[in-house]
Amino acid sequence: MLGLTDPTVIEFDVRTDEMLVNMGPQHPSTHGVLRLVLRTDGEIISEVTPHMGYLHRCAEKVGENVTPIQFIPYTDRMDYLAGMNMNLGYSLAVEKLCGMKVPEKADVIRVIICELNRVASHLVAMGTYGLDLGTFSPFLYAFREREMILDLLEEVCGARLTYSYITIGGVHDDLPAGWTDKCRKFIDYFRPRVAEYHTLLTTNHIFVKRTAGIGVMSKELALSHACSGPMLRGSLDKSKGDHAWDLRKIEPYCGYENYEFDAIIPPFDNKPDGSVIGDCWHRYFVRMLEVLESLKLVEQGLEKYRTAQGSHRIEPPRHLHPGEAYVETECPRGAMGFYVVGRPGKEPVPLRVRAKSSCFNNLSVTDAICRGCLIADIPAIVGSIDIVMGEIDR
Amino acid sequence: MSDILDAKFGDRIKAKFADGVVVEAGDLVEVMTYLRDAPDLKFEMLCDISGVDYLEIDPKKAAKAGYEPHLEVVYHLQSFQYKKRFTVKVMLPRQVEGGGLPAVPTLSGVFKIADWLERETFDLVGIDFTGHPNLQRILLSEDWEGHPLRKDYEFPLEYHGIRGR
Repeated sequence: MLGLTDPTVIEFDVRTDEMLVNMGPQHPSTHGVLRLVLRTDGEIISEVTPHMGYLHRCAEKVGENVTPIQFIPYTDRMDYLAGMNMNLGYSLAVEKLCGMKVPEKADVIRVIICELNRVASHLVAMGTYGLDLGTFSPFLYAFREREMILDLLEEVCGARLTYSYITIGGVHDDLPAGWTDKCRKFIDYFRPRVAEYHTLLTTNHIFVKRTAGIGVMSKELALSHACSGPMLRGSLDKSKGDHAWDLRKIEPYCGYENYEFDAIIPPFDNKPDGSVIGDCWHRYFVRMLEVLESLKLVEQGLEKYRTAQGSHRIEPPRHLHPGEAYVETECPRGAMGFYVVGRPGKEPVPLRVRAKSSCFNNLSVTDAICRGCLIADIPAIVGSIDIVMGEIDR
Repeated sequence: MSDILDAKFGDRIKAKFADGVVVEAGDLVEVMTYLRDAPDLKFEMLCDISGVDYLEIDPKKAAKAGYEPHLEVVYHLQSFQYKKRFTVKVMLPRQVEGGGLPAVPTLSGVFKIADWLERETFDLVGIDFTGHPNLQRILLSEDWEGHPLRKDYEFPLEYHGIRGR
C-alpha cells in the first residue's frame, strides 16, 4: 500500500514500463480494418505486430468454384481503389493460361483505363495521407479531381468503384462516343492541379517535418520483404545504378513497351532537408510523380486509340487449358500477382486461383521500419505504405 | 537457368519444366539459398508462395484427372538484376502417417517475406513449415478449424453462435 498512502512515493516510482497499445481495427488512420499491437516503452516503439483478416472472404476459394468470367467481380473487391488494375491482372493470367492474344484496340483501352484508375488511386493515397498527418484540405482537392475520373469511368462501364470492365479477352464495351474528348479535356484541366498539390502538401513545412527521414527502408530490406511498387521504388537510387523496378518497363504487358514514359526512382532534386532515400517523403513523392507519368500514358493511349485495329473484345474460350500461369502486373500499390492453375480435361473452372497481394508484402515490412520511432510516427509510416485492406485480406 | 541448377545439384533436381524445377523438401533451403546468392542467378525476391491441393473430389472425374492426389508448394522468384522469373516446386503427400500436416522446411531465414507468406499458406492450405519462428494463423481467427483451400474442406455450420448457411 506504499504508493497509495504516500503520493511522493508514486512520483519516485515512475518507471517507463513496457506497454502494449492497441491501435485499430477501427482507428481512422490505419486505412481500413488493420489492427496494430504496439509494444512501447514510453513513446518509443519496440515492436509492431499487425493483425489482419477482418475483411477476409477467402476469395481464392471462391475462385476455385466459379468460372474466370464470374470471378472478375471478386477481383474488383480486392483493391477497391484500383478495381480496373485488379481486373486486368486476373484477365492477363487467364489469357496467358489459355494462350489468347487480345486485339490491339483492347490493349489500348486497357492501358487508358488502368492509368486513369492509377491516377484516381494515387489521389486517394495522397489525400488520405494528408488526413493521417492532420491536414484536411488536400483530401478535398484530391477527391474533387478523383470525382471527375470516376465520372469518366462511370461513363465507360456504368460503375464508379467496382467496375468489372476489363474482362477475359479484352474489355466489356468499346469507349462511348465523344469520351476521348472528355478525357483530353480532363487531362488539360488536371495537369496544372498537380502543381497545386505540391504547394499545398509536398512542400508544406509540417508535412515535411513529419515525413522526411521517418520510416527509412533500405533497398536490401525492401527486396527481402518483396516490396513492390512505389514502396520499393522509393528506396532505390538511380545514381547508384539501380534500374527502375517497374513491371511496365521490365516485363511489359498490354503493349506498354510502345509507350514513352519514365519509371520514377529517386534521387529527386527538390528533396527537402533531412529527407533521405527510402523514407516516407520519398514514397509519397514517387506516387505524385507517377501521376504525371500516367497522364502521359493516357494521352498517348488516346492517340493510339484513333488508329487501333481490331475489336475491343474477342470471345473467351469455353474451357480452361490444363497447366498454370503466373502473371504480375504493376498496380498502383505494387506488383499484384495472379496464379491460375487449370484442371486437366475440358473444365471451365480453375483448380486453383491465387491472388498474391502487393500490400500484404508491403505491410510485412512495418515491424522492421517502425522500431525505434515514436507512436506519432506510426500513422505517417503506415500511411506511406498505402495499404488497402480488401487486397491484403482478400 | 535450370541448367545452372543441374550442374550444381545434379540428380537432386527431381524434374524440370519451363523456368522452374521440382526439388525435394529436404533440399529446399539449400536450393533457394543458392538461387538467391549465386552471382549468375541472383533471385533476390520471393514474390509468392502458393499451396495447391491436387485432389478431385468427384469420383467420376478423379479417374480421368491425370494426377495422383498430392499437395504442391510453389515458390515464385524474381531476379532484380537479370529481370528473370523462376519457379521452384515441392511435392508433398496430402496426408502424413500418424496425423499432422505435411511439412516443408521454412525459408524465413532466407527471405524475410517467407515469414508471412508461409503463415498464410499454413493458414489456408494446411502445410507445416518446420522451424518457422511463429507459425500461427494470419488471415483466419486463431480458433478456426481446418484449412479452407483444401479440396476436402468442410464448411463449418456454425462459428461462435453465427450460423454458416
